[in-house]
Amino acid sequence: MTEQPIPASPIEADIETFGALTDKEPQKPPRSQWRDVWDQFRKHKGAVFGGGFLIFITFAVIFGPYLWDVDPKGLDIRNKNWRPIYTLLWEADAKAGWAHPFGTDQLGRDIMAQMIAGGRVSMSVGWLAMGLALVIGTAIGVISGYFKRMDFWLMRFTDLVLSLPILPLVLLAVTLFRQPLNSRFGPEGGMFILIVAVIGLTSWMQTARIVRGDILALKEREFILAARSIGTTSGKIIRRHLLPNVISPIMVSATLGLATAIITESALSFLGVGFPSDYPTWGKLLADAVQRMQDFPERVLLPGIAISLTVLSVNYLGDGLRDALDPRIRGR
Amino acid sequence: MLTFTLRRLLLSIPTLLFISLVIFLLLQLAPGDPMAQVPLTVPPEVKQKMREALGLGQPIHVQYYKWLIQFFWIEPLVFVDYLTNTSTLFSWLPDTAFSEGKLRVISWQTRSPVMDIVVQRMPQTLWVVGLSYVVGIVIAIPIGIYSAYKHYSVFDQAGTFITMIGFSIPPFFTGPLLIVIFSVYLGWLPSIYDTTHVVTDWASFKVQFFQMIMPVMVLALQTTAQISRYMRGAMLDNLNQDYVRTARAKGLREGVVVMVHVLRNSMIPVVTVIALGMPAIFGGAIITENVFKVNGIGQLLLTALFANDLPMVMTLTFIFAILIVLFNLIADVLYGALDPRIRYD
Repeated sequence: MTEQPIPASPIEADIETFGALTDKEPQKPPRSQWRDVWDQFRKHKGAVFGGGFLIFITFAVIFGPYLWDVDPKGLDIRNKNWRPIYTLLWEADAKAGWAHPFGTDQLGRDIMAQMIAGGRVSMSVGWLAMGLALVIGTAIGVISGYFKRMDFWLMRFTDLVLSLPILPLVLLAVTLFRQPLNSRFGPEGGMFILIVAVIGLTSWMQTARIVRGDILALKEREFILAARSIGTTSGKIIRRHLLPNVISPIMVSATLGLATAIITESALSFLGVGFPSDYPTWGKLLADAVQRMQDFPERVLLPGIAISLTVLSVNYLGDGLRDALDPRIRGR
Repeated sequence: MLTFTLRRLLLSIPTLLFISLVIFLLLQLAPGDPMAQVPLTVPPEVKQKMREALGLGQPIHVQYYKWLIQFFWIEPLVFVDYLTNTSTLFSWLPDTAFSEGKLRVISWQTRSPVMDIVVQRMPQTLWVVGLSYVVGIVIAIPIGIYSAYKHYSVFDQAGTFITMIGFSIPPFFTGPLLIVIFSVYLGWLPSIYDTTHVVTDWASFKVQFFQMIMPVMVLALQTTAQISRYMRGAMLDNLNQDYVRTARAKGLREGVVVMVHVLRNSMIPVVTVIALGMPAIFGGAIITENVFKVNGIGQLLLTALFANDLPMVMTLTFIFAILIVLFNLIADVLYGALDPRIRYD
């Protein structure tokens, strides 16, 4: 009997003839979705710089106090009003030196240490407030998108909150609730909780709207129908199938939220309703320096540049993420 | 369209009532006591009398009701009286005295009616913030059009970078920065906005012009960043549409295609964004007014907050809320009116 393979069906014969689809395994290793996202993200120069700077500034404020272990609140009145080190470039006899690279303020506190401590506060307020806003926004978005009964009322509520005048209300809440929280958690802890809560509670609305819109569209897709038909409970569907699919809009609004939270915190400190006076944050340092900015412009510039660069990098990061996470733009 | 507008108007009434309730309750919950500054030697019964004089003796719902009456009924009556008595437009009408003897919303700081102070402060805010809005729009629209037309060009990249900067640099940094550069080092512009300055001739107009440059530019940077971004996005959406190819194929000049066909369609979302930004003009820019010492509405709110002047804070915040709700409505209606494809009913 000759070994003549007989094609089982005409389709297989065609395959044999044209030599197509005969490859037994993929010739390129499989690529995950996140690999694609990363490749697209890398093409956006601004986003890469932004992400890099954000990581740098986060590490700098976390580990900075261990490397530069000068007490930010330590008074040293003999060495007050030092100029930053770069002043030596054009003024050889300026009061400056490596002991205080960014100089000292009018009470002799080291500005570099203050910047690091201030950055710690500003960044942690930013991250926590952003996280709070995301949790609230995602929860409300998912619930109102998934459960039809809640949708009307939750969205009316979101519209209501959107039409509240935010900055006046934030100012109002911070000035009015400062006392009781301070007496319970201490002047710094109380203010921290208050500012994080106020910013988080007033900035979840955009996330909620975006998440709701996406959930409404996803809910009608076949894979959700399939999941439901094998008896998956609503909670499981949300956790296992819906949330992973709305992760990209959530990440984009997270970056926007981080930027707004940092700016709002600094604005509150600038207006004098933020943290207590000896507690450095970037906005506070800037506000304190405004009175004497004619003589010491660097004290305004350093915290101002820190805030602006951080927010700028976060915004660029968000821009890049939006492009990278959008499958319609990706790969073009 | 008309029914939609009417329905939205009706729906905005409960919205506004709810917002006023939220603000009122927030103020009530607040622990700040207006009697905190009164000396300890004042006996408690006198303190109680002072409390009642401020309208604090009554239960909360009565206070809220009275505030509603004062704001929605008595203040409009005062306005009607003003129209018929002193305004030039309607003074031919018989003089009315509807509001005589009625209690208005009184500020605890100055003991004068809150609305009178608001009316005094409004022009400064409108001049500075309103002008900056106009300047911002005038700069933003050409930038948006050109950077969409030359997509990915150097101009587009630079425009994107500048809008990013406009988004990222907060006004409490740009303000002091400009003051350091232009008032301190160069000495060209004054650092404080003098609201008592009266324009009578060319020289005083120049002074007014110079003192307005910095606050207007600081605010305009933010407006420009926002609106040019929207303008660019809207233009990009429209430039690839079929009707643009048709217009070009008909042999229309490029200027007509872009500036008439595309621009008109792209303006629809931009106009609504502009309308949505309007309440911020009346709300004043709290931070910028503070930096340049403009005594507008934003600064009024800030001082009232620090002075624990609850009626003033309540009224101002509520006026902002009314404006936001109103301009949201206007934006929705405009959107429908400008774009016949959108049907609300």
